[in-house]
Amino acid sequence: MPQWDLANADAILVMGSNMAENHPIAFRFVLQAKEKGATIIHADPRFTRTSALSDMHAPLRAGSDIAFLGGIIRHILENDLWFKNYVLGYTNISTIIDERFQDTSELDGLFSGWNEEKQTYQYESWQYKDMHVPASLAEHFVNTTESFSDCTKRLKKGPTPKDLTLQHPNCVYQILKRHYAAYTPEMVERTTGCPKETFLKVADALVRASGPDKTAAICYAVGWTHHSTGVQMIRAAAIIQLLLGNIGRPGGGILALRGHSSIQGSTDIPTLYNMLPGYLPQPHAFKPHGTLKDFFGVEETPTGWWSNFPKYMISLMKAWYGDNAVKENDWGYDFLPKIVGDHSQQPLTLAIRDGLVKGLFLLGQNPAVGASNSALVQRSLANLDWMVVRDFTETETASFWHKGRPVRDGELTPQNIKTEVFLMPGSLAGEKAGTFTNTHRLVQWHDKVVDGPGDSRSELWFIHHLGRRLKELYQDSADPKDKPIRSLTWNYPVKGEKEDPDVEAVLKEINGYTVADGKQISDPKYLQDDGSTACGCWIYCGVFPEEGHNQARSRRPDGPDGPGTHLGWGFAWPANRRTLYNRASADLQGKPWSEKKTLVWWNAEKGHWEGKDNVDFSQEKPPDYRPEWSQEPSGMDALGGDDPFIMIADGRGALYVPSGLKDGPLPTHYEPVESPVRNPLYGQQHNPAVKIWQRSDNPLHAPGDPRYPHALTTYRLTEHHSGGTPTRSVATTAELQPEGFCEIPPELAGELGIRTLDWVVLSTPRGDIETKAIVTERLQPFQLNGQSVFQIGLPWHFGWRGYATGDIANVLTAIVGDPNTSMHENKALTCGLRKGRLNRPAQGD
Amino acid sequence: MGVPARALDYADSFLPGVIPQEAELTAGVRIEPGKSYGFFTDTTLCIGCKACEVACKEWNALPADDLGLKGTSYDNTGSLSANTWRHVAFVEKISGDEGTRVTEMQPFQSNWLMMSDVCKHCHNAPCLEACPTGALFRTEFDTVVVQPDICNGCGYCVPACPFGVVDLSPDDGKAHKCTLCYDRLKGGLEPACAKSCPTDSIQFGEVPDLVERAKARVVDLHAKGARNAYLYGAPDTPGATGGLGHLNAFFLLTDRPEVYNLPTAPTRAANRVEPALTAGLVTMAGLALTAAAVFALAKAGPTGPGRNGEIR
Repeated sequence: MPQWDLANADAILVMGSNMAENHPIAFRFVLQAKEKGATIIHADPRFTRTSALSDMHAPLRAGSDIAFLGGIIRHILENDLWFKNYVLGYTNISTIIDERFQDTSELDGLFSGWNEEKQTYQYESWQYKDMHVPASLAEHFVNTTESFSDCTKRLKKGPTPKDLTLQHPNCVYQILKRHYAAYTPEMVERTTGCPKETFLKVADALVRASGPDKTAAICYAVGWTHHSTGVQMIRAAAIIQLLLGNIGRPGGGILALRGHSSIQGSTDIPTLYNMLPGYLPQPHAFKPHGTLKDFFGVEETPTGWWSNFPKYMISLMKAWYGDNAVKENDWGYDFLPKIVGDHSQQPLTLAIRDGLVKGLFLLGQNPAVGASNSALVQRSLANLDWMVVRDFTETETASFWHKGRPVRDGELTPQNIKTEVFLMPGSLAGEKAGTFTNTHRLVQWHDKVVDGPGDSRSELWFIHHLGRRLKELYQDSADPKDKPIRSLTWNYPVKGEKEDPDVEAVLKEINGYTVADGKQISDPKYLQDDGSTACGCWIYCGVFPEEGHNQARSRRPDGPDGPGTHLGWGFAWPANRRTLYNRASADLQGKPWSEKKTLVWWNAEKGHWEGKDNVDFSQEKPPDYRPEWSQEPSGMDALGGDDPFIMIADGRGALYVPSGLKDGPLPTHYEPVESPVRNPLYGQQHNPAVKIWQRSDNPLHAPGDPRYPHALTTYRLTEHHSGGTPTRSVATTAELQPEGFCEIPPELAGELGIRTLDWVVLSTPRGDIETKAIVTERLQPFQLNGQSVFQIGLPWHFGWRGYATGDIANVLTAIVGDPNTSMHENKALTCGLRKGRLNRPAQGD
Repeated sequence: MGVPARALDYADSFLPGVIPQEAELTAGVRIEPGKSYGFFTDTTLCIGCKACEVACKEWNALPADDLGLKGTSYDNTGSLSANTWRHVAFVEKISGDEGTRVTEMQPFQSNWLMMSDVCKHCHNAPCLEACPTGALFRTEFDTVVVQPDICNGCGYCVPACPFGVVDLSPDDGKAHKCTLCYDRLKGGLEPACAKSCPTDSIQFGEVPDLVERAKARVVDLHAKGARNAYLYGAPDTPGATGGLGHLNAFFLLTDRPEVYNLPTAPTRAANRVEPALTAGLVTMAGLALTAAAVFALAKAGPTGPGRNGEIR
């Protein structure tokens, strides 16, 4: 949802986010909602600047979010508070699940299909009865005895099996009720530490702000994603919002508050190892992806919008390989690298440590500060042959070889570190043109203001000239493995003395063009799978719709009397649609659910959808359209006129997710990998599918280890940007938070005799750090099942460089990962705490 | 605030230069000499992000003060000074009796108070009255500015200020304080702190408009349940006392002024001249009388050695 749409919400739950501090601009719209009378709720382990501006603060122990959210789901179901017409019409609540499915309530915390030996799930029993519904994005592949594509093709033969009376014991409604039956307010209090009265007030506030006349929004950020159950926390929010009818509607939805420096853009055109631009799956060497036909056979979704996947894939390869992509060579499919496993940041670090990776480019990244288990990271860097760091100052990562922790501790010396470090000056935002893609998928152009100092260059300059030189080096090679580089189109025009690539030329290629005449394409619906179109990222198609028209440059607000969707301001993917799934803002017949909450509607006279936003649906499909199953319809033809969730194969909002997730179809409370307590809900302690790398340089401890009794969470302060490099290196921003510190509740400080500004030592099995104490009531003890657990807070973005210094918090954290994303769990771990300092030599500039 | 109509005149990111009267787009106000401008700082909207402090230092090219963790909540700036013209104070009031943390709060900011302090640009400015060189003057925008090339560093303005705003710089020995971005106002630009404030806690405009807006805000807050909201420094409110008239930079607060380190009843130094002069004259007269009496006694003859035998 657009940030500015928050102003239309009747309640806003901020959870897994310290929004006022880390998204202050978006938070202005929260305050606008408050002006109009909305209820603002902050559920968080700490009382933060966000809490101070809220109507309610629900404290909960870090990592217990699913217990809290599951409690809300139970509250809605048990008290029959869900939005009946919306949920029955638009979600899979009535869909019947395979009879082999067994729930965590039956198996003490495991779902059916657990393979103990492989430590993974097999997903057959999670499927819809008699059919496979593939996930919308990548990771479709399931190990089954028959071909996966054959399974999914059954979707074209008839509607999914449903029981609209919701009585079938294996319909999603009944499964949901059973799954969350144990998540009572009392259990929520015992698990999260949040008093049940407070919890119930939060649940009640959300319910009261939902329905035909009202909508509630949920905002989250890395406070949810940085967990071993991060994806399932977001899923739990999705279930709540679907049950309350808050998706696709004005003022409703889930706002993923994306991070600094165009993080949204860096997943759209990804720095992620397993995706190609526009969320297309990366070919995998160990899946049946041998040929393009095989790849499409496994990854293509036969019904719904994603059936267009081949058009986007082939257009992408045409953009990358130009005339070298022809039908005969599968449009250059073999030029694409195939992945062989998890190549994300954490396993990459281990691969460097183990000598598998010899060289490293770091562009705008500072893993010595920002990555888990910093001591291991620094030892890994010492194992490289070479490392290129591009930044605007010497970061901790660039200086690890003379200032780093292993050097300070005498474990390594600069003389015996063989890594050759190249520090190359990078330009800052104002010193280069380009785009930012923000939280709302809004692409906004910015011009270059000044030349960067000295030899600094933009990222684009660096990559362009690196690519150009590589192509020159390989141009005469006959080796087949060099063909991908030789086949790459790399003809961006350059200008000026420094030969800066034309940034708009790159954006035009991302937008896409017809191959024959090079004309810009205005909408992804014109992309083809016959090689006649080229497009660098299908969801950005329309950002540069015609020659001379850079829509990302547009800054045209609606004005005081306009619809408030601001369609003339920048470009929101896809196709400049501001609210995804906005077909759901109208009822099944196509009329807005109420006069107070209008977005798009069906105009029967004109025979098309219209409204304040571009409709995220087939423009001319009437609400009463039904698929003609005898024709085995595919693509959008297989979705009815009242199936709003067009990216999902059955067009229905997924209360229950049959495939695409590795740790279960429903969110389940598991303790963090390192927790102060046993799981009160199940025998299964932590997420069974969690990624754990057991090694001596990444030790973990058992639950309730008395050496590490306190709950610890790490976070960023508003005063520092990214890993702190931009703000710690400037005195006038460094002075705002000039030193590292940890925050301790007075109850714990009293026990240990700690006062504000005393030195304290924090320790985990990975290492220990010293820092100064801030004793504050903003932190508090939690009563968990009769046991008192203290929550400690620790900002993570300090290091030894710049004016604002402090020990690196990530020395304490572990390399563990969410099974779906490989994301670390640095928001919830445990630690020991004592007053005093470490006995060690001084470190710093 | 709605979208100003003129925003549509600048609908792409190509700009010809500085937008004429840009403040009309960003703050909804034209900046013209002869009118009275100021700040309305609404603490109930402040999220303590310190963007105002950063924007101020950046625009005015002010150096950092001493770097160090102060341990006073999230405030590491401490106070307004020669180099810090915006300062965000933080006051934690998280728990009630018996250490139980608050979970339900009044609307908008509460329990962790944050307030962006600044020079008040007093209607009757004591610093200006104290300045013997004319370095401090009232501008055509009804703001109070120090001209460093005229300031001789005498420091009379420092104790004259009832808010502790004006400060002598250790670098050049001269007085420095907020200029309400005098240079920006001349160019039609909103002051840097107000423009950078993401939540409109700092609002810039013509003082009469701001006062009207602020009064409406207090009424609205009372209706929403924040019954402790009041104005400080607007005409006829606390802060606008002691002959100061009113403060062009005034505040909306929800706790007693001294909680935010503001004086409960600030006074103009000149107000103290008359009583001080009277007191001085009375003292002089008294001393004269005493002296006369002593001399009269002395004339009456010696009275022997002192109590401790010292020579008189």
